Amino acid sequence: MKKFTKLTALALSLAMVVASFTGCGAAAGANTFKIGGIGPTTGGAAIYGTAVKNGADLAIKEINAAGGINGVQIEYNFQDDELDNEKSVNAYNALKDWGMNILVGPTTSGCCVAVAAESVNDNMFQITPSGSSVDCIANDNVFQVCFTDPNQGIGAAAYIGQNNVASKVAVIYDSSDVYSSGIYTKFAQEAANQPFDIVSAEAFTADSKTDFSVQLQKAADNGAELVFLPIYYTEASLILTQAASAGYNFKFFGCDGLDGILGVENFDTSLAEGVMLLTPFAADAKDEKTQKFVADYQAAYGDTPNQFAADAYDAVYIIKAAIEKSGAKPSMSVSELGDALKGAMTQLSVDGLTGAAMTWTADGAVNKAPKAMEIKDGNYALIQD
Amino acid sequence: MKTFVSKNKDNLITYGIVVVAYAVMEILIKAGLISSLMQGLLVPLCAYVILAVSLNLTVGILGELSLGHAGFMCVGAFTSAFFSKITMNVITVTWIRFTLAIVIGFIAAGLIGFLIGMPVLRLKGDYLAIVTLAFGEIIKNVINVLYIGKDSKGLHFSMKDAVALNLEPEGDVIINGAQGITGTPKNSTFTIGVILILITLFIVLNLIKSRDGRAIMSIRDNVIAAESVGINITKYKLLAFALSAALAGVAGVLYSHNLSSLMATPKNFGYNMSIMILVFVVLGGIGNIRGSIISAVILTLLPELLRGLSNYRMLIYAIVLIAMMLFNWAPKAQAFRDRLLDKLMFWKKKKVTVTEKEGGASDER
Repeated sequence: MKKFTKLTALALSLAMVVASFTGCGAAAGANTFKIGGIGPTTGGAAIYGTAVKNGADLAIKEINAAGGINGVQIEYNFQDDELDNEKSVNAYNALKDWGMNILVGPTTSGCCVAVAAESVNDNMFQITPSGSSVDCIANDNVFQVCFTDPNQGIGAAAYIGQNNVASKVAVIYDSSDVYSSGIYTKFAQEAANQPFDIVSAEAFTADSKTDFSVQLQKAADNGAELVFLPIYYTEASLILTQAASAGYNFKFFGCDGLDGILGVENFDTSLAEGVMLLTPFAADAKDEKTQKFVADYQAAYGDTPNQFAADAYDAVYIIKAAIEKSGAKPSMSVSELGDALKGAMTQLSVDGLTGAAMTWTADGAVNKAPKAMEIKDGNYALIQD
Repeated sequence: MKTFVSKNKDNLITYGIVVVAYAVMEILIKAGLISSLMQGLLVPLCAYVILAVSLNLTVGILGELSLGHAGFMCVGAFTSAFFSKITMNVITVTWIRFTLAIVIGFIAAGLIGFLIGMPVLRLKGDYLAIVTLAFGEIIKNVINVLYIGKDSKGLHFSMKDAVALNLEPEGDVIINGAQGITGTPKNSTFTIGVILILITLFIVLNLIKSRDGRAIMSIRDNVIAAESVGINITKYKLLAFALSAALAGVAGVLYSHNLSSLMATPKNFGYNMSIMILVFVVLGGIGNIRGSIISAVILTLLPELLRGLSNYRMLIYAIVLIAMMLFNWAPKAQAFRDRLLDKLMFWKKKKVTVTEKEGGASDER
């Protein structure tokens, strides 16, 4: 009898396990495009994932309201990856079960690399709004909306050199962050070809990002005129505050991570006066397109969009342009759709929020002009060359 | 003799569960009934099962609380991924390279476990837990500042940044600090994972049954008594700890060869993960190997099966975890369970409760 009970228990539990494994087969929705998104919406990096989620959502709602792509509506599903490569692959698989045709994401570089290794097997068309490392686009089915980190690093070094912004430059970067160390590495390489010297390069990590007095002291001791900050705005606002209170008078130069610095709570924005940044998007820009986007976004989600939201918004419109160009239909298989869109991408020229006349090469990297901005009177102003 | 036989049978059931689960999953995959999400989860599941079983060796059998298990996994993951990356063009036969990678992960993690164990195992209880926690974090942070590159002159090392490696233009950065290793070949499969689980079980279950295992358990139960009968405390403690670390390294190998981008983040190799593994062990029953397997599977699947609830799943997951812990281990809940079982099996009331108690309690401390 004991055996019987055990066997029954085993059989029952197996049945339960089997039941939980199966189910939810991929039902191919033949009359809609199913766009999936991946990014962290919980945990420390949630603001980036949420921005991507909302940015893409806004674009899809607009497109659907205007009649869809070639008359076809879009369905949208966004999955959380908790900023974990493993979870990101799980999210990708979950979206596949949902029936995804096209992927917008993942939001971050590491996750993007992990997912790209899976999506290439399905030949799924993937466009990452903000996965900026070069490894993200190693496969031919992946395209980027944002600049690659090396391009930003080289661009920043070239800009400082060519415009003689400074001759002695200090760098403060986050060595535990892929984005930051990626830009710094290329910046340092390119600096060798430019007429300025890097006099100090000090790192901090995610565990020590509140006190920057040592790094600033080093920069001052070495006679730096300009501090290059390839980091996100939260840390940058601390650096600016601490530099001001210690009485240092550096110029500051940053990349797209600094966009949003004027919105940091309890930050004295007058300290940011004169900060220069290379960024494709600024929420305070005066052009009509950006202002409409910012207004709509604020109305829908009660938050000011950052560059991640803008990148995701653009990503959806890029997909729309690619579908229109290739004449792709939702009835096509994932792989056929992937081939069609890949072919169309290299022929496109898209005007988006994050750049005018964006074009792509077959390797997946975007060509767009970086905009150099300077913060003037509490606003981002385009520096005219 | 009777307990010996029943123990053997008990172990066979454990192997049986793994083999049957494997067979069922394979059949379902062949029949195309498994969702992509599940298929993607199979290899991580194997890795977590190995982690839970190996930690149970330290926590349940040796009786020491270790919070650095993710650190050993990290060592195994990075050494083996590094090996696979540099020999990708040299050893082209996948299974030979992957077998070597597993052996390297095992040895590297075991070695680190041995080195860390030597000073650390002098401590007991909470103190040991704190020190292992710190060591786990050290391992993670060291890997985050480690840069290794390869060019025609050989390997270059740096602790500063990738530029300081001074690589030739065609050189390749293999470990890129916080960006970790990208492009590890995807060699882990469900079959290999299950084979590794079976090997892990074989090692751990046989160790428990052996003379060495009894020595280790005697240390757990009473150090002074064990010492008085001439058991070499240091040796057996180190043996169990290093073996546990080495098996965690194997899990790391499985993990790293399943993802093409390997980074040491607080999420996957930090103390959060160590505590997660400890939760598997505690929920499954300290010292209960089969329980570890089951709880590792359930707790890894749960958050993924709850995806439909979007961000509420974190909350639900936590609540379910609390409920499961109470249901399994609160004395009242245990009594309630027994009563429920009695009612269900009223016709064989006495016998069932007695045998259930015997079977369940034999492995616990």
